This record gives sequence, C-alpha cells and structure tokens, in this order.
Amino acid sequence: MHELSIAMNLIEVACEEAERRDVRIVALHVTIGPLSGVVRDALISAFEIACESSPLGDIRFEIVETQVTMQCSVCEAETLVVSLQELRCRQCGEPARQITGGRELELTALEIEA
Amino acid sequence: MTTRLVEVRTKILKQNDIAARSLRDDFQAAGVRVVSLVSSPGSGKTQFLEETLRILRERFRVAALVGDLATENDAKRLARALVPVRQIATGTICHLEAEMVRTALVDWRLDDLDFLFIENVGNLVCPATYDLGEALRLVLFSVTEGEDKPLKYPTIFNTADVAVITKMDLAEVVEFDGAAARSAIEAVRPGMSVLEVSAKTGTGMPDWIRLLERLPRTSVAS
Repeated sequence: MHELSIAMNLIEVACEEAERRDVRIVALHVTIGPLSGVVRDALISAFEIACESSPLGDIRFEIVETQVTMQCSVCEAETLVVSLQELRCRQCGEPARQITGGRELELTALEIEA
Repeated sequence: MTTRLVEVRTKILKQNDIAARSLRDDFQAAGVRVVSLVSSPGSGKTQFLEETLRILRERFRVAALVGDLATENDAKRLARALVPVRQIATGTICHLEAEMVRTALVDWRLDDLDFLFIENVGNLVCPATYDLGEALRLVLFSVTEGEDKPLKYPTIFNTADVAVITKMDLAEVVEFDGAAARSAIEAVRPGMSVLEVSAKTGTGMPDWIRLLERLPRTSVAS
C-alpha cells in the first residue's frame, strides 16, 4: 500500500504547479497505466485522506486509465497487448519485447477556476 | 462556477526520478555496478545475497544496503559475509525510494566499490514503482511459492531485468514445475533471463556470478 506516498507526492506536485501559475485548483486530472504499480481504488482512498490535511482542501480527482501498448515487429505497428498476464500482441500473438505505453503515473492537467 | 483545464503533464514521482537519475550518474562515474533485489518476504533473498557477497568478496570490493521495515536482522546476517552492510529502516514505508538510498550512502566512497547490492523491502507490489538508480534489478521467487507467482505480480516482473528462482534444493520435495514457472515468466515479461539457484547447495550460483561479471562498469541508463 504505497498509494498514500503517491497521493502525497501528487498533492505536492499539484501545489507547486498551482503556486507557480497563481491559480486555484478545483480538480486534478491524473493518468495511470496498468504497469505503474498503482491501484486505482487505493489511490482514490489515499488521495481523499491526503487532501484533508493539505492546502488543496476538498477538490475533485479524475483518473484516466491507459492500456498497455507495444511496438509489434510483425504487425509493424503500435498495438494493444492481450493482458498483463499475457504480454503479447492482441492482433497476432507476437510476444511484447518493446513496451510503448502503460507505465504512466502522471498529473495530466489542473482544473482551475476560470 | 466555470472552470478550465490547464495541461501540466508532470510525472507524479518526478522527485524520485530526479534522485534516481543523479544516483545512476554517480554510480556510473564511480564505476560501481549496482544491483537491486526485490521479492516477497521469505523468498530466500537474504541468504542468496549473503552467498553472493561471500563469493564476490574474494575478487571484488562489494557492499550492500538492506531495506527492512523494522528489524536489523537481515543486515546482521549479511554482515556475516564480512563486507560493509548498512540497514535502511523504512518504518511503515513498504518500499525503498531513491532518496533513502542516497542518504544511506552519504559517507561511503563509491570509488572504493566494484559492486553494490540493494535489498529492497520484502514486497512484490510497491517497489515496482520506484527507480533506485540501479543498473540491474532482480526479482526473486522461491520454489515453495508456486509457479504462478509471476502471473499474480506481473508488474514487478515487468520492471525487473532478471528473474531468479530460489531454493532449487527443495524443488523435488515440493514438486516444483520448472517449465510452468518459466512459461509464466515468459508470459509476463517476454525474453526475460531466468536463473535457477540454490544458495544452500551452490546450484546455479556460478551462472549468476558470471552474469554479474559481465555487467558493464558503466551501464546505459534505462
């Protein structure tokens, strides 16, 4: 359960950005990938706990989950993998040697008062 | 209230990434090869590391950092290998972070080392997210844990470079299916190198030591 550390890091990053731009945040938009090692629901709970004791107060939290993608040498394209347990091309079955997406753990955007 | 979106696109763990990059630069500049170990509790990681340190110290200058929630037991065990060992007590934190590694190394001269090992907290989930600046990350699991361990924890296998199956001396007793374990590893991390070892009997240890010796003194940052 490292999501609380992650949530605290997230709030720190968000506060920094808000201060630099001199804006008031109403929501955070976050992107997480299946290979980030972060569990969505655990992150939401942790975020609520961490927010209470932060300058951000009661703000919304939006999560976008990405999928794992690979560069398939057979399809010669970026394709989706079957699953985390079967890391191979969903189209042709070629094993994924080159992962191109799915590790994201990113503060994508701040939603601010206009 | 009307709102608008401001794109930020900042890595949430940018502080850790910055610290890890700086560690990696320092390790490369000093020519020390840094290997981290992750596994579940009880996989035999400490004994494997103790044997590794004993073998390497004959020909190399080696040291180890060991992360543990509370006790110093693992550090004491590793110190029996007669090499410098330092404990990182993480308290309630379930993984090591780059900054903890930096703090632990603060008064060590990296130039005096050929190999540095970092034993992470016994945990197959949380350490996956944190880069420690290492050149090589091992994930270990023992024959007593079941062949499907990689399928249950695909992310940690995906962030590691080499899988080590430990306690091979018990394989027969627990009817360990080596082929099933290897195919589970291949499914979650195609092309991953796999070693089968027993620190107790020494099986597989020469292959492991050869792999270490082949590591470049300056690795390419991933």
